[in-house]
Amino acid sequence: MKVKLIAGILLLITVVVVSCQSDEQVEFSRYYSGGSSIYQQHCQNCHGEKGEGLQSLIPPLTDSIYLKNNKTLLACFLKNGLKGKIIINKREFDDEMKPDELAPIEIAKVLTYVTNSFGNKMGVINLQMVEGDMAKCR
Amino acid sequence: MMRKLTLIGIMAFALLSSCTSKSNRLPILGSKNPVTKTVDGKQVTDTTYATIPDFKFVNQYGDTITAKNLDGKIYVADFFFTTCPSICPLMHRNMLNVYKEFKDDNNFRILSHTIDPKYDTVPVLKRYADKMGIAGNSWWLLHGNKGDTYGIAKSYLQSVQERNPAGQYIHDGFFILIDKQKRIRGTYEGTDPKEVDKLIADIKTLKAEPEQVAAK
Ligand code: HEC
Repeated sequence: MKVKLIAGILLLITVVVVSCQSDEQVEFSRYYSGGSSIYQQHCQNCHGEKGEGLQSLIPPLTDSIYLKNNKTLLACFLKNGLKGKIIINKREFDDEMKPDELAPIEIAKVLTYVTNSFGNKMGVINLQMVEGDMAKCR
Repeated sequence: MMRKLTLIGIMAFALLSSCTSKSNRLPILGSKNPVTKTVDGKQVTDTTYATIPDFKFVNQYGDTITAKNLDGKIYVADFFFTTCPSICPLMHRNMLNVYKEFKDDNNFRILSHTIDPKYDTVPVLKRYADKMGIAGNSWWLLHGNKGDTYGIAKSYLQSVQERNPAGQYIHDGFFILIDKQKRIRGTYEGTDPKEVDKLIADIKTLKAEPEQVAAK
């Protein structure tokens, strides 16, 4: 009887844990795969298929440290554009990225894709996070 | 027996090389004009092909470039502008491969015409060249008045238009291959890396054509 109860509780815990994990996993996959096609349509011409950028004209998206340090600003970069000097992979870039007319959910998806591709591994950037970040855009 | 084998070998070789020499010539594109003239009292009809007319533009160094600067050279032309948000970065990522392949060949050039001469002044073009890592004279970024650029685009069989309501220019992303006789020998989708690989192969083929080797 006791054994059965313990086994039952254990089972319950496993089910909860597994389903929680897979919920996160499901959210991540949904954002990531949606972000992949948005990237192809809106970013790839400039930043390249492998996020390699273009010479000193367009920065690569492979600088994980820069992306981590600016994680909460990335949504604003896409919404309002980005201009001026930045250092990416120890190289200086000084140009301009124009704003793109993407919906917040599209921004979340494409950022999830970028920050988990090309050698980056930052986890999901979901709609709530993007909306929070965008409310604080300078 | 031995002789027979050699004979077959020679025949096979002749057959093969005749095949390759046939495919080793690029077509000539553009409108053909039959010209009938009288030679030695006989009527002969010759075909002349469309050629790129003379032009005058300024490159990223401020040098004037005319068709004369391309005498004896094979070249590739395209149309772009430095603030192009859509296909130009992709085109020039691919054009960079053409540049790298032939930058040491003084009888080869790349001509990129800006279709936004108002913004893309000579210093802006120079800055763009520097950022692209383009040095020397193998890749010229050309500035000219709009009428001239749009006119030459037609000669290259390209269509470029004024800004659309969204403020973007509409233009084709083609790379056009021109021979030493200033005839069009190929057009390639500049946004497609595979087509650009074909362009690089075709330039090598063209360079080897006897008519090109002989031309000065
Ligand atoms: C027209 C070309 C162009 C397009 C399209 C474009 N970018 Fe950019 N991007 C740039 C340039 C140029 C910069 C650098 C701006 C500067 O120097 O301040 C940049 C900077 C960035 C940065 C910060 C620097 C870095 O390398 O990490 C990120 C992140 C970024 N872009 C992401 C994107 C995403 C995501 C998209 C698609 C939604 C996109 N970009 C579309 C040109 C472009």
